[in-house]
Amino acid sequence: MTVTDDRPASVLGTRLLRREDPALLTGEAKYANDLNIPGALHLAVLRSPYAHAKILSVDVSAAAELPGVVAAYSGADLAGLWASPMPSAWAVTTDMKNPAHYPLASTKACYVGDGVACVLATSETIARDALELIDVQYEPLPAVVDLEDALSDRVVIHDELGTNSSYTWDLKIEGTEGQVAQAFADAAYTVSERFIQQRLIPMAMEPRAIVAVPQPFGGDMTLYSSTQIPHILKVMTALTLGIPEHQMRVVAPAVGGGFGSKLDVYAEELLCVALARKHKVPVRWNEERGENAVATIHGRGQIQYVELAADATGKLTAVRVRIVADMGGYQQLITAGIPILGAFLYAGVYDIPHAYDFSCTGVYTTLTPTDAYRGAGRPEATYAIERAMDVLADQMGIDPMDLRKRNFIAKEQFPYTAFTGLVYDSGDYLKAAELAAEMADYTGIRAKQTTQNVPGATKRIGIGQASYFEMCGLAPSRVLASLNYSAGGWESATVRVLPTNKVQVVSGTAPHGQGHETAWSMIVADRLGISPDDVDVLHSDTAIAPLGLDTYGSRSLPVGGVAIAMACDKVIDKAKKIAAHQLEANEDDLDFAGGSFTVKGSPDRTMPLAAIAFEAFTAHNLPDGLEPNLEAQVTYDPPNFSWPFGTHICTVEVDTETGNVEVLQYVAVDDCGNQVNPLIVEGQVHGGVVQGLAQALYEEAVYDTDGNLKNASLAEYLVPAASDVPNITLGHTITPSPTNPLGVKGIGEAGTIGAAPAVMNAVIDALSGLGVTDMPMPASPHNVWKAIQAAQGASK
Amino acid sequence: MMGSATGGSGSEGGSLVKISVTVNGTAHESDVEPRTLLVHYVREVLGLTGTNIGCDTSSCGACSVHLNGEAVKSCTVLAAQADGQSVTTIEGMATDGVMHPMQQAFMENHGLQCGYCTPGMVMAATSLLQENPNPTEEEVRIGLEGNLCRCTGYHNIVKSVLAAAAK
Repeated sequence: MTVTDDRPASVLGTRLLRREDPALLTGEAKYANDLNIPGALHLAVLRSPYAHAKILSVDVSAAAELPGVVAAYSGADLAGLWASPMPSAWAVTTDMKNPAHYPLASTKACYVGDGVACVLATSETIARDALELIDVQYEPLPAVVDLEDALSDRVVIHDELGTNSSYTWDLKIEGTEGQVAQAFADAAYTVSERFIQQRLIPMAMEPRAIVAVPQPFGGDMTLYSSTQIPHILKVMTALTLGIPEHQMRVVAPAVGGGFGSKLDVYAEELLCVALARKHKVPVRWNEERGENAVATIHGRGQIQYVELAADATGKLTAVRVRIVADMGGYQQLITAGIPILGAFLYAGVYDIPHAYDFSCTGVYTTLTPTDAYRGAGRPEATYAIERAMDVLADQMGIDPMDLRKRNFIAKEQFPYTAFTGLVYDSGDYLKAAELAAEMADYTGIRAKQTTQNVPGATKRIGIGQASYFEMCGLAPSRVLASLNYSAGGWESATVRVLPTNKVQVVSGTAPHGQGHETAWSMIVADRLGISPDDVDVLHSDTAIAPLGLDTYGSRSLPVGGVAIAMACDKVIDKAKKIAAHQLEANEDDLDFAGGSFTVKGSPDRTMPLAAIAFEAFTAHNLPDGLEPNLEAQVTYDPPNFSWPFGTHICTVEVDTETGNVEVLQYVAVDDCGNQVNPLIVEGQVHGGVVQGLAQALYEEAVYDTDGNLKNASLAEYLVPAASDVPNITLGHTITPSPTNPLGVKGIGEAGTIGAAPAVMNAVIDALSGLGVTDMPMPASPHNVWKAIQAAQGASK
Repeated sequence: MMGSATGGSGSEGGSLVKISVTVNGTAHESDVEPRTLLVHYVREVLGLTGTNIGCDTSSCGACSVHLNGEAVKSCTVLAAQADGQSVTTIEGMATDGVMHPMQQAFMENHGLQCGYCTPGMVMAATSLLQENPNPTEEEVRIGLEGNLCRCTGYHNIVKSVLAAAAK
């Protein structure tokens, strides 16, 4: 029997149950608001009831006198606490206009929910009660709610900027000037559409919560926050408050979902830290849901003008895009860059010549700031191209699936150098589309349509497709530099083999529901030939995991997970030196498998990692010059983005009398390369699909003309319930990424990216016989009914 | 039965209410403000932070507990109304360190991701199966419509509840 025969099958790729679950299922897990911090004062923030108003005066004296209130402050009172304005880390152009933004406004409120004063009290109830005693005199100004109205500068929100336009970012492809115009001039078919990406409220189930705890001596500060980005938050808090960075520690305890909304540096985080320093006492803040709806960032918020040119066969010859993107009242952490993350994807999964013209203008409104929301720029881009493809197919009178097949980048073309210079590392778009079509019974449903969608039918069936790819795994640092992003895209991992052969892995990723502890333990177990139960995963505390760039943009596995695998390999390299020394063999003659080194051809000359770990610890008999202990750190900067892809097909039945849309079937075929844990992959797709489907059918932040959010609660903002969504049928193809040693791609955002266009294409397909060619999201009963009425009116 | 009011409650100037509530099998006697919600009582007075708060409109169900064996949103019940009653929170579901079959079913079927809605979802689901031990998929979806989840798309939650019913 050889060692190899004994080796258990790898844990990688298995449906290992999540180690995170017991604590979450039994109520033991501690979210930030669960932390018991004796003596903490409670912060409450008074928010502007006006979308746009001058602050004439703030009188906090009555609030300060309420028993239990320790202090009350206006924005002006705290102006001396800030070393710099709140951070905006992504100036997409060198001349981007960015108004100074402080945790409390002192001269002007720029959206409903903008903080204007705050209270510190001995209980949350008292703090909130005291807010009612603060007297703020406002001079209301006209609200700016509509994006094109904002662009007109009819009302300029930030006087010092002189305009509402923050930036215009163009994607210029050198040497292709004139090609786009020529392609449109020569086109057999052209499409010109205007789509609205409605504002969405992320609505993570856990509202934000924060506790800032000053250490009794020396000025150190620990910030517990419900955040996706403890590492970035640490740096930004230090810079904004003028705290030496080494004195800031940020801990993200259990975090109840983020979806991008906790990828930010928020006013309340800075207020808690600043006031904890000032009062030398812990300060905590807990967000109520109504506050969350206005004070936590929103997503999407774009007008998209999309044009396609195609030849007589439907082959795309050019894509031209102009975006107006809603920044909201201010720039938050990466607000400006969100539409730019989609800028490269408006040609979708299609092979187009170098004829691409993209321009985006970011514009301020008097609404809650926008920022990253699941997919961040890429769902918007995918929606635009995939809806436009259906419009083109309709115009040509061919099946949209057929049109896509005529345009897919072929498997043989990978690695594919796109017009942007980006290299799509791998893909087989046709295979995923064909699998999805088969699973969805595409031809069967098309046949059913001919019998069901007859003139006068009130229950009409529709089938819609979205073939997507995405650029995720953020990201090669040099590429981020070319986009003016002010950080890198690397990730750090440390793998430490303890003397008893238990392993600690320290990761710079910051999970909030993704199951990293389980997944990372599987990668280490596979690499080192040990049980995942012997691997402890440490993360989300900058004192324990000091290096990291956190979790967003489907980056954790293709960057952070790969860093872990590479750190394991580095550990094995060192262990091999010890094994060679102890076995008196040449390093080159050693094999490592199943957690043991064995001399080639001498299966009895073997040394397990467990023994090496102890040797490394005692350091009694190490090779000359080799440091004791078995630990390796890797900082991995990915050479490329990760390029997952797939095809989603949705089948709906639309009731033309009520406007109700029922999803009959949802098929998602996704390719994220090799899967570490299919159970987790499936969960990511399920959740992502429902978030995209929710944009298509249910969700929208609705504002009145005065800039008041009319659905600022979960009673009115329609996060779907179990009864609102279908079962989801999943399929996968596996095209390993050639750019990383695990062959993995991200999967966190894919579902959301595919879902909204697939659902909307299905809804419009169902109604195409009635002359409906488009409708705004969400396809609510009201919007569906209006679209039918408009089309019917037009056809009469 | 409201307890007798004694003394002030600090800044609010209201009177306190004496309640006795059995929570997870343990009897507690407490003085609470009349406006105190059951969810704040279990979280802040008893320190049982497994019950989460996700909204302020009784929409999300994250705070679901059992009141006399039936699921209620604990933000819709005053602590004073629980006087003399029996409450079970998520912390009371496991027995001797062994998870309740519903908790196990959620783990086995990946019915949770961030976990924030999970305690409420487990409490609602166990109550659902008490009323309807063999629900259809549709009955599960309708039965859980008072509990929102943002991570799972509900697919695996529904699967978990059906699996628990089949146990």
